[in-house]
Amino acid sequence: MGGGAEYENDLNFKATELRLGLPGTGCINEEKAVSGAKNNKRPLLETREERGSKGKSDPQHDEQETDPAPKARIVGWPPIRSYRKNSLQPKKAEAEAAAGMYVKVSMDGAPYLRKIDLKVYKGYPELLKALENMFKLTIGEYSEREGYKGSEYAPTYEDKDGDWMLVGDVPWDMFLTSCKKLRIMKGSEARGLGCGV
Amino acid sequence: MNYFPDEVLEHIFDFVTSQRDRNSVSQVCKPWYKIESSSRQKVFVGNCYAISPERVIERFPGLKSITLKGKPHFADFNLVPPDWGGFVYPWIEAFARNNMGLEELKLKRMIISDECLELISRSFANFKSLVLVSCEGFSTDGLAAIASNCSFLRELDLQENDVEDHRGHWLSCFPDTCTSLVSLNFACLKGDVNLAALERLVARSPNLRSLRLNHAVPLDILQKILMRTPHLVDLGVGSYVHDPDSETYNKLVTALQKCKSVRSLSGFLEAAPQCLSAFHLICPNLTSLNLSYAPGIHGTELRKLIRHCRKLQRLWILDCIGDEGLEVVASSCKDLQEIRVFPSDPFVGNAAVTEVGLVALSSGCPKLHSILYFCQQMTNAALITVAKNRPNFTRFRLCILDPTKPDAVTNQPLDEGFGAIVHSCKGLRRLSMSGRLTDRVFLYIGMYAEQLEMISIAFAGDTDEGMQYLLNGCKKLRKLEIRDCPFGNAALLMDVGKYETMRSLWMSSCNVTLGGCKSLAKKMPMLNVEIINETDQMDISADDRQKAEKMFLYRTLAGRRKDAPEFPLPSGIGFSSTSLPSSSCEDFQTVDGDMASNRASNEKLGTIVNGSVSVNSWFLADDKLYQTQHCATPLLQSKVPSYASPPEGEFS
Repeated sequence: MGGGAEYENDLNFKATELRLGLPGTGCINEEKAVSGAKNNKRPLLETREERGSKGKSDPQHDEQETDPAPKARIVGWPPIRSYRKNSLQPKKAEAEAAAGMYVKVSMDGAPYLRKIDLKVYKGYPELLKALENMFKLTIGEYSEREGYKGSEYAPTYEDKDGDWMLVGDVPWDMFLTSCKKLRIMKGSEARGLGCGV
Repeated sequence: MNYFPDEVLEHIFDFVTSQRDRNSVSQVCKPWYKIESSSRQKVFVGNCYAISPERVIERFPGLKSITLKGKPHFADFNLVPPDWGGFVYPWIEAFARNNMGLEELKLKRMIISDECLELISRSFANFKSLVLVSCEGFSTDGLAAIASNCSFLRELDLQENDVEDHRGHWLSCFPDTCTSLVSLNFACLKGDVNLAALERLVARSPNLRSLRLNHAVPLDILQKILMRTPHLVDLGVGSYVHDPDSETYNKLVTALQKCKSVRSLSGFLEAAPQCLSAFHLICPNLTSLNLSYAPGIHGTELRKLIRHCRKLQRLWILDCIGDEGLEVVASSCKDLQEIRVFPSDPFVGNAAVTEVGLVALSSGCPKLHSILYFCQQMTNAALITVAKNRPNFTRFRLCILDPTKPDAVTNQPLDEGFGAIVHSCKGLRRLSMSGRLTDRVFLYIGMYAEQLEMISIAFAGDTDEGMQYLLNGCKKLRKLEIRDCPFGNAALLMDVGKYETMRSLWMSSCNVTLGGCKSLAKKMPMLNVEIINETDQMDISADDRQKAEKMFLYRTLAGRRKDAPEFPLPSGIGFSSTSLPSSSCEDFQTVDGDMASNRASNEKLGTIVNGSVSVNSWFLADDKLYQTQHCATPLLQSKVPSYASPPEGEFS
């Protein structure tokens, strides 16, 4: 969606914003809030009325008017059918997705790292399968209580705060936005991570 | 003429096909009215709330084909709350109950449920054609019912609907005995379809002439289908991403070579442009091309394609074609009559076309008469040139992405430019404007746009005078929609009789107040005046000076509708109508049940009861329109006043 473009120029308020939603959600809601226009009624009407009271156009005033708040969204403008709008937006999202979300994957003991595109996977099971294939190992099934018990390996990831987290605890979307790199831990270190945390 | 027996008259009337002409015929005298009404098979209802289904059935017992339109046009742009209305169920239920031999149903901007689709499929044995445009409320389960039960189905045409997709089993519901399909369009469905069932269906439909696929139909299936449909006239390609060297691609080329009848091409929902050369075979015969859902096609590949389309009459395209691309269109497509240029990136607001492309089109395409143009900027000079080049415009819709942008060169309002358009294009019927516009442009429109029937205005004008010029001047105006303009009660109430000559008026984010709306409703019994306020606290006993956020008024013979959402909910709709002396809750329509949450049952609540009044006529007297409950002498010893046309003119 174009929402991403809006915030690139800001002081990245989004990252520091406190809100109740889970990270990774809320982009769409914010989009809707802006265009829902409950608080944003008639952004240009006030200026129209000002001009109306002046009676005739004032070129200087006009110039200011012709540069409205950048990308201020007006409800129902431009006038194209929702069906058409919706069919274009996914294209943007697809374009962004096509760029991929590559993260490094390290495995303890391996001589070099790999990279995978997280966006290709629809969820944890696929990701884990891919890792298993890539490194020729078995990770097994996730359980909340015991992590990946029964396996020598534990998939972990480094999040935005720099902490190493067990893969699978948080919803997939949240994982996508917070995962910086992956590391497959092995042996006793792995077991330590999976138990009693 | 009165010496002819009825059968002869009826036979003569058979040759009168246009609805407007048939309406005129019915107004000549009582016997003609009777014969025309009993023999009419096709009816168009431009506003489903303007008349009740019972009344339509009573007047046209031989009805076989009906077109209904529901929500106001601005509902397309999310300006109308989703529960506003436009339910088709009461109509279908009435037709079924009265054993009408319905064969064709076309709906636009209406809500149709799965139950309703099922009712259609079970109630009308000869049902042949279902066309749904911008509708919602149904799922593929409803389509399955249609497929299963309509044995003689010829046409299933779904255009830009919001359909809940429960996957592709509906295609398998067409029985093996169904071989009558002529037209199948499911391009708007988002989910998968049963490809094997699709292939089998196509194989047993020798009359198939129009086929539009959705994105889930890949190239290899398309190629197989095309091999079976050499007589196809209209093709909508689904997904078109593939490797140009593959065998499938070569098979596609072979298949396309056989399709010599294709005149209309659309789709390319996901397209790799370098593979378009396969379609160059078809291009020379194309009269209609819709690439407005194919953002992947642009640049040189697009221009190459266009250069092959010498016979093109209709082109729908995205603005990534650019001014350059439009110049190619102008030099290649000399038969072009209609063009629509849509924005490919509506939110970033960087359209790739400007006034340059528009001028090129106007000078290169002598038959061009209909245009929809989303652009970055415009100038008066360009519009004046366009007006000079192309006085034959009948539809002119210009949308500058920044809605109040003045002339890009002079910074002046675009009044003179649009003024030139309306002055020069004497046959202009539809107009949409944007850009910086003052009252002056409305003066021009009122003065010159004599044939104008529909006009859309946004962010324009300075005072009430603007709207007054319009209402005073445009004698043939039928639909007026206004948003974000400083027009208020003075304009609204200037000529209240005018609204009976029109289908509808929409005003949102203007200066009309509750009081103004009430006053209008009080004066005009034949109008429904609906107020839509979406603020959380809409108090019914609110100050009359409060602005009406959104107002939609329309003439009607059906009285107040009973299926409006409850008032005052957050998205409440209030009615003002004749019996409203002062604000009081009882006068506002309330609806049992929780409208917003349960659409299916909502439709059943929407039965419009006009049953106690069995009126089959209306009459004109004293330049006013009267609905009578007892008068059975319609029409017209006196001359028909020029501005008041009959409500059945509503059908046009």
